[in-house]
Parts: sequence; structure tokens; C-alpha cells
Amino acid sequence: MTGKLTLGPILYHWDAEHKRDFYARIADEAPVDTVYLGEVICSKRTPFFDAHLPEVIDRLESGGKQVVLASLSEVVIRRERKMMKEFCATDSHEIELNNTAGLYDIDGRPHRVGPLMNVYNEATLKWLADKGATHVTLPNEVPGTVAGKMAQAAADLGVGIELQVFGRASLAVSARCYHARAHCRTKDNCLFVCEEDPDGMPLTTVTGQPFLMVNGIQTLSQSYVSLIEEIGVMQDMGITHFRVMPQMADMVAVTQIFAKRIAGDIDGDEGAARFAALDLAAPLSNGFWHGREGHRRFGPQAA
Amino acid sequence: MRTAVDAGADAVYCGFQNATNARNFPGLNFTPDELAQGVEYAHARGAKVLLAVNSFPTAGRFDLWRDAVDMGARFGVDAVIVADIGVAAYVAERHPDLRLHLSVQAAASSPEAIRYYVREFGVKRVVLPRILTIPEIKEVKSEIPCEIETFIFGNHGLMVEGRCSLTNYATGLSTNMDGVCSPAAQVHYDKEPDGSVATRLGDFTIDRFGPDEQAGYPTICKGRYLAPNREDAYYAFEEPVSLNLARLLPQLIEAGVEAFKIEGRQRSRAYVRQVVGAFRTAVDQVLAGEEPELADLVALTEGQKQTQGAAASKKWR
Repeated sequence: MTGKLTLGPILYHWDAEHKRDFYARIADEAPVDTVYLGEVICSKRTPFFDAHLPEVIDRLESGGKQVVLASLSEVVIRRERKMMKEFCATDSHEIELNNTAGLYDIDGRPHRVGPLMNVYNEATLKWLADKGATHVTLPNEVPGTVAGKMAQAAADLGVGIELQVFGRASLAVSARCYHARAHCRTKDNCLFVCEEDPDGMPLTTVTGQPFLMVNGIQTLSQSYVSLIEEIGVMQDMGITHFRVMPQMADMVAVTQIFAKRIAGDIDGDEGAARFAALDLAAPLSNGFWHGREGHRRFGPQAA
Repeated sequence: MRTAVDAGADAVYCGFQNATNARNFPGLNFTPDELAQGVEYAHARGAKVLLAVNSFPTAGRFDLWRDAVDMGARFGVDAVIVADIGVAAYVAERHPDLRLHLSVQAAASSPEAIRYYVREFGVKRVVLPRILTIPEIKEVKSEIPCEIETFIFGNHGLMVEGRCSLTNYATGLSTNMDGVCSPAAQVHYDKEPDGSVATRLGDFTIDRFGPDEQAGYPTICKGRYLAPNREDAYYAFEEPVSLNLARLLPQLIEAGVEAFKIEGRQRSRAYVRQVVGAFRTAVDQVLAGEEPELADLVALTEGQKQTQGAAASKKWR
């Protein structure tokens, strides 16, 4: 069976030490082909890790991983615009764009398009491919029926097509920082309170249901998306890359299960059983894939 | 549409009765015949009709969006407003003479993002996200080669429009793909024994109101939730307020805003008549160099919570 396993960028504000340790273990032990690196959510967080980036890239590449650099998702103020322009001048590595400002700056040079961009149909895919996109990660809300058609179109264009198969689903980004708001601060005087929640800050309904997770300006699902049982179908459709998102979980174990499933060493049931044994901090969901409520979980036969 | 034209709107946005526009709600929008008649009505009175085709077609459904654009062109609409790159490319290629506006759903919040759509598709006007201050609007304006339009009255939201799938997570219907936010069919008002009301979207409780409170419509980003460091449920995203920039009208005109957008597509005729009429008068007064009468406009949302949103300051971030 075919398909590459990728590790998405860390979306949360982990301290530099935590990130270095995490990537050292990924480099040595995780069976992933590609690692996306970079701060996607908040431009204020970037200085903390920038100094360590070259060392982490070396480490991952020595471990045989391809490194792709991921851009910011929100580009509004002057500093962010400048960062995006500089980012687009990167020539040492492939880059993934998560904001249209990047499409302007990249001006036709080769690039990847990230899951926070809106690529929902063949016409958009073709336009972007004609302008230098070599690889597209679909938004995580697309149903399997749409993903299949996109995989076909991507194959015709010679473009890689990727979808998130594990981790919280990004549901919204905002102009406002909700971590700061929860602590009665504003984005400008946040004191990096988001660092206290390495797996996000939970929002629970007034009736006590777990619902959403806050990560700075981003809102994510409380559930972890898991498409372990759908991998076979995705491979048959021609999806070429499978993205696992870093969570506060044993990510080496998570990537091992996916790698075995992609290689065909275990089937979906076995993969699901191994997932159940991981004792993850959040319930699993796959509703988006089945064209239903994102928070729900369906069996592999669900319509 | 007739009410808005009669009340003095220079242009009216409208959409077809399907997923091709971002307000795909029952009882709203136009059949092809109604749109053709609407264009005639508006043009006879010197007003423009702008067709919203501003949701995101999914693979295999592109024909529906293409047909919407083609019909709009055939009926003589004055512009189409789009968000999807594929749809923008289609309009630019097949209808090069049809004016193209960029929807707020495209989330173009920097001069570079806006310039991208101008460079690639010849976009003539961009609707700015509701997250910019007046100095920021002025700065954007000075750096882009197209017109700008801003929301001046209606919903106030800070989630980046066009990048939100909260509704889909709770209901299985997508804002981007289906053009719906908080669909009424999945809204529930659960009355509890003590007279309080819990509002629910799909399986999730969005807010709870006391017996004497008016229960608001459950929209995820306007709900109250519990968080670890908060004692009580709080508006985790934003307060349920409406946007009213009436007082800032002169400054917005001075900043170079070419068009002001009033949300009217889910409103009653009486509301549309009153709001459009009042803004018509105020804009004319500012353009004539007179001091505008803003009291009526401010009064429109009095008694309700209202905000000048991001435009006035960025303390809200």
C-alpha cells in the first residue's frame, strides 16, 4: 500500500525546550516521512523558537525526515506582512502557505498550500497548481466524497494531496486572542498565557459537555479526529499524504499505528483497537469525513 | 430588494436560493425569474444589483456556481461577489467584462492578500473584514489598487469569515460549503422546570437564559461557556452585540471607503426601509459637507447592545 505519513506543525505554544525534546524523539523514533515546522497561529510566539530552528531542522534531517516550513495563518499587521514576505523568500526548504498574502508574495514559485486555505474544488486546485502549488492539504471539514474527487484531480495535475488523519480539527481563527480574553487580558498584553495549556484550553457548555478548545486566536475541536479506520479507503481514492497533528499524547505511538496501517501491516480494526489502548485525553471523531457533524464518530460502514 | 432600492440604496446584494451564496436560508433569496425582475426594477430606478456567489463549491458541484455566475451575467447584474479562487478564475475568464467584487468570505485582511485577487482576477472592490481600525483601513486603502467596502451596520463578529467550520462541527452543515451558519432546523430552545431556557445547536448547549431574560439565537461564537480559570459561564468569544458604525461615518468616508454595507438579507422590510433610509440621508449629508444627523442611526440599535467594533479601537483584541 502507498501513502506518506506527515507530522503537522505544533499549533500550541509549547516552550522551546519542550519542542526541542519533542522533535528529538520524533527524529529518532517516529516513522514519519515529512515534518512541518513553524509557528502557524500567533506571530508573537515566533521569537521563542526561531533560535532553535536550525538545530531542530538538522536533527530531523539526520533522522531521515523531510522538513517543510509552514507559514502563519493570519497576516494583518505590518510585522506579520514582513514575516510573510521574508518567509516566501525561503530557498533552503519547501514551504507551506496558510494565508493568501503568501500567494501574492510567492508569485508563482513552487510552494505547498496548507489546510487553513480554502481549496474545496478542482477549479481552485488547478488554478493554484498552474501558479506553482506542488502539494495541497485539504481543509479538514471536507467529506470523503469530495476528498476522493480532489485526489483524482490532483493526480491528473501531478500535485500531492494530503488530509489530516489525527489530532484536533482547527475550526476557526479570529482577530481576537481568546486565551487572553479568558484571562481578562488583550492580545497586546497577553503575557503568553496560552503557554499554560499545551493541549489547548477547554470550553465546556453550561450543561457540562466538553465542546471546544482554545489556542490563542484559534478554536479547535475538543475531540481528536482519527481516520485510522478510513486509511484504506483514502489510499484507494489516491490520497497521497496523511497528516498527524501533534497533541499532548504519545505521538511516537500514534505515528507507529498509522505507519503500520498505511503499510498494510495491520487492518482498520486492529488500528482502532491499538488507538483505544493509548488512553488518549479526548474522544475520537470522524464526522467530517462522513459528511456529518464533525464531533461524531462513525464506524467504517457509515454512509 | 425593492424596499432597499426605494429607501435609497445605491446597490443591493442578492443571491440565488441554493448553496451558492453565504446566506442559504429558507425563505430568503431569489429564483432566476425573481432576479431577472429585480435587476429590471433596480436599474429602472438607478440602483445596482450585485450577485453574491460567495460560498465555496466542493469538487463535483462546481456547475451550480458556474450556472449562478452565467445567469447573473445574462440578467445584467452589475457585479458578482465571490470568495472562491476557482469561481473568481471562472468569472475573469468567461465574463471578463463582468465586474468582480471580493467577498469578506475570502478573508483578505492584508494589502498583499487583496493585491493577489486584483492581480490574478482583476477584482475591482474588496469587502474588508470587520477587524480593522480606521487608521488600518486608511493604510490598506493607500496600498491597494481597488475600491473598498466596509460593513457599517449589522452583525458583529471577530472570527475570520470564510475560515470557520464551527457550525459544521455541531450540525454537519458547513458555512463555507453549504452557505449556512447556525441553521434554524438544528436550533432548539429547551425550557427547564424553573422557567429558564437553554438554547442548543445540534447536540451542544450554546447558552442558558433566566426566566426573565430574552433567549438569544444560538450562534456558537456568541455563546457562554465554562473555562477552567473562570468561575461562571462567560462569553468566551464575544458578546452578542450588533455593529453600528453610524458615528464613524464621516471618518470612514474620509478614510476612502467607497461603499458601506448594511446587512439586510435576513431582516424585515420595515427594518430595511428604516436603516437604509437613515444611512442614505446621513451619507448624503456628509458628502454635501454638512454635519450629518446621526441620532436616528444611533437610536436604531438603542436598547440593544451595540458596538463600534474594531473600527474605533483595538482594545478588544
